[in-house]
Amino acid sequence: MDPNETPQCRRNLEALQAKAAEKRREKEAAPVPVIHIGSATCGIAAGALDTRQAFQEALAERGIEARIHTVGCVGHCYAEPVVIIDHPDSGFPPIFYHEVTPGKARMLVKLFLEQGDPRFEHIYGATIENDMIPWVQEFPRFSMEHRLVMDRCGRIDPEDIFEYLDDGGYAALAAALETEPSDIVAEIGAAGLRGRGGAGFPTAKKWSFAAATDGEKFVICNADEGDPGAYMDRTILESNPHQVLEGLAICAYAVGASRAMVYVRAEYPLAVRIVTRAIEQARSEGILGESVLGSGFRLDMEVFQGSGAFVCGEETALIRSMEGFRGMPVHRPPYPVEAGLFGRPTVINNVKTLASVPPILENGAEAYRSVGTADSPGTAIFSVVGDVVHPGLVEIPMGTTLRTLIYDVCGGIAKKKSFRAVQIGGPSGGCLPESFLDTPIDFDSLIEAGAMMGSGGMVVMSEDSCVVNVCRYFLEFTQKESCGRCTFCRIGTRHMLEILNRLTCGEAVEEDLERLENLAHDIREGSLCGLGKTAPNPVLTSLRYFREEYEAHVREGRCPGMMCRPLIAYYIELDKCARGCDACVGCCPTDAVFTTSTRKKGIDLELCVKCGECMVACPPEYDAVRKISPAHLAPVVERSPKRDKEAKDKA
Amino acid sequence: MTVTLTVDGKALQAEAGSNLLEVCLENGITVPNLCHLPGLEPPPAACRLCFVELEGIDAPVTSCTVPVSDGMVVHTDTDRVRRLQRSALRFLLSVHDVDCKNCHANHHCALQDLARFLKVGLKPRGLSIILKEPEVDDDHPFIRHYPNRCVLCERCLRTCHDRHGHSPLALSGRGFDTVIRCFADTPEDAQPCQSCAACVDVCPVGALVLKTG
Repeated sequence: MDPNETPQCRRNLEALQAKAAEKRREKEAAPVPVIHIGSATCGIAAGALDTRQAFQEALAERGIEARIHTVGCVGHCYAEPVVIIDHPDSGFPPIFYHEVTPGKARMLVKLFLEQGDPRFEHIYGATIENDMIPWVQEFPRFSMEHRLVMDRCGRIDPEDIFEYLDDGGYAALAAALETEPSDIVAEIGAAGLRGRGGAGFPTAKKWSFAAATDGEKFVICNADEGDPGAYMDRTILESNPHQVLEGLAICAYAVGASRAMVYVRAEYPLAVRIVTRAIEQARSEGILGESVLGSGFRLDMEVFQGSGAFVCGEETALIRSMEGFRGMPVHRPPYPVEAGLFGRPTVINNVKTLASVPPILENGAEAYRSVGTADSPGTAIFSVVGDVVHPGLVEIPMGTTLRTLIYDVCGGIAKKKSFRAVQIGGPSGGCLPESFLDTPIDFDSLIEAGAMMGSGGMVVMSEDSCVVNVCRYFLEFTQKESCGRCTFCRIGTRHMLEILNRLTCGEAVEEDLERLENLAHDIREGSLCGLGKTAPNPVLTSLRYFREEYEAHVREGRCPGMMCRPLIAYYIELDKCARGCDACVGCCPTDAVFTTSTRKKGIDLELCVKCGECMVACPPEYDAVRKISPAHLAPVVERSPKRDKEAKDKA
Repeated sequence: MTVTLTVDGKALQAEAGSNLLEVCLENGITVPNLCHLPGLEPPPAACRLCFVELEGIDAPVTSCTVPVSDGMVVHTDTDRVRRLQRSALRFLLSVHDVDCKNCHANHHCALQDLARFLKVGLKPRGLSIILKEPEVDDDHPFIRHYPNRCVLCERCLRTCHDRHGHSPLALSGRGFDTVIRCFADTPEDAQPCQSCAACVDVCPVGALVLKTG
């Protein structure tokens, strides 16, 4: 690069930063309280828009001046909708409120903003250290996280490029444009960054392959996140899109591509809107376009909306779908870095990989390596869902054990149940038992254990879950989402699903387990693409670690987790049932609950559809409804013809 | 450039970079295959039958996707290879309407040949038979399609595409429900098919049949 040109990028960035600072000062000129509302898809689903409206109405009603600041997601799903109120005049630090319903919002406006009472009983914590309110960083859910990629998520307005610029954003890009592309690849290599899409391929290696080629090239951000229960990519795109775009721009510069695409599934409408807007803003501020930050490097960026086929997350299928064909994987090699989109070298990186790039260049490879393990440096982002107390997005250093993640960060198993299994890596991952809880979370250890990092979905299951049923669920998913091209994936997974269906219905025979295992091995070895090769993983790992559960289903017709409906029955313990309480009767959708001769309740197993409503409805002081497996063990309670007649007359 | 490779202990000469499956077939070495069509690159590698083992590579690979290189040592008849081939064939047969005597492809059907070669019964044991609905797709004015005979080798649509640059044939549906469909909306759209019918000729199993009369 021309040495005379180098200061230009920095000068342009400084001008943008000055503009950003000016905008911030304008906003801060009026010293009014600021209400930060987490409004990513997850927040909106929990009611953040209603909360926001309630704030607006209450503020208008009471004539209070306050600024509502829309931010992305902080990752604390259990606490949504999350609101942080920064009210300096009250003398309190910024306060984090959780589960802020519209009612709570109106109450906070009245009592906190108007009268200065922060309502201690509703406070979750303070966002800075102080001596009045516990600091959230004192809670393990916050302190044990290490936010490198998600640092700005939930802090800045994702739809305002200047907030990102004001927070130090695009500095890494400006600095990168002053360095040789090969030095950037070397720096990423020194940091040891591995692809966060699942396989953990060294990012620098991929980039250097593409950099070594000539002619037109493409870089693509793969945001076709489709794992059930995984939503990291969506959250990052919705909360801090510019960090991803910055990473993508750096990648494009490093490999010498002048066109970049963000492949987002159309099922993420908010992410599509936010990213599209972010690209427009970056273009209008000269960060993208003919001359990126005045460096002379040309980069166009666009959003491509995927139609939601899970298999399109596989890179060759993704390319096919972008070319306008049916999204079906093709054989690799050639890999996309050799011949990808329209036959040109193409680098495809996951959202999290790209979002890791700016922090690496900003703080240096050494700093990045200081987090995580030697072979898997940096942080891992998981969406921990299922039976944990504090589900949500968690960014932890690589090498943290599963036990720390589940029990310390996420608060352990909900409802004081015991742990049964953790499914890591979604439908391609594996199911691990308690004995693996001390496994460190990194690419290699998880593969060794039989699971995989995958894209970062983690489903924690308590004793009330059935591993067989969960595997059936995942296989049903992959089976449906198979592209239909190759024999093993298209037909083989269907046969596996048939066996799993038989198992969960109690119709399987002893040989089915061996058949299942053989099918799984063949599909893993014979399939064309990653989807097929990994589809049997949940079954293979659970057969290895939870074989006794499979055997219980086959031999005893018993479901240890009491989830497989054909294998369970509900009954009412007569000793506990209260005379005259009709809670279960009212909620039964099939009138299966009847009154016995002693005016207690019984369940007609013929009529019962095993929905479990009665168990929920039974008041905790009686706690009389029980589940049992196998179903035939349920005690038989005789119907009373007299009571039946009475009930009929009443009706 | 000509290179030398060894297949099942036999030294063969071939052009560097040529297709391993074709090289084997040309030299009289039987490698089961369904979806391969000489000259139509790249192969879809869909049927998963042409597995071979290469020395130095851990798992069996599909020979249709391997370019030949010098010194390559190939084994086509190992337990691992045969196991995968048998599984693939059994899978295909488990969704196949085995009604040979009423099928016009009887005696020149690729599945029959493969079953004989791999010593697999036409009714796969241990697997349930799953057939699709409807049994016959009669929408096309000239060609009848039997989804339960189809092995989804994509030969028909690739040939059609190759001949005409575009094709009314396409894969439709997802997963197990994937089928070949003809998207010719009007009889005029389907008119060229009357004189071509190349898809019918390349079908290895008689899933596409010309309507007569």
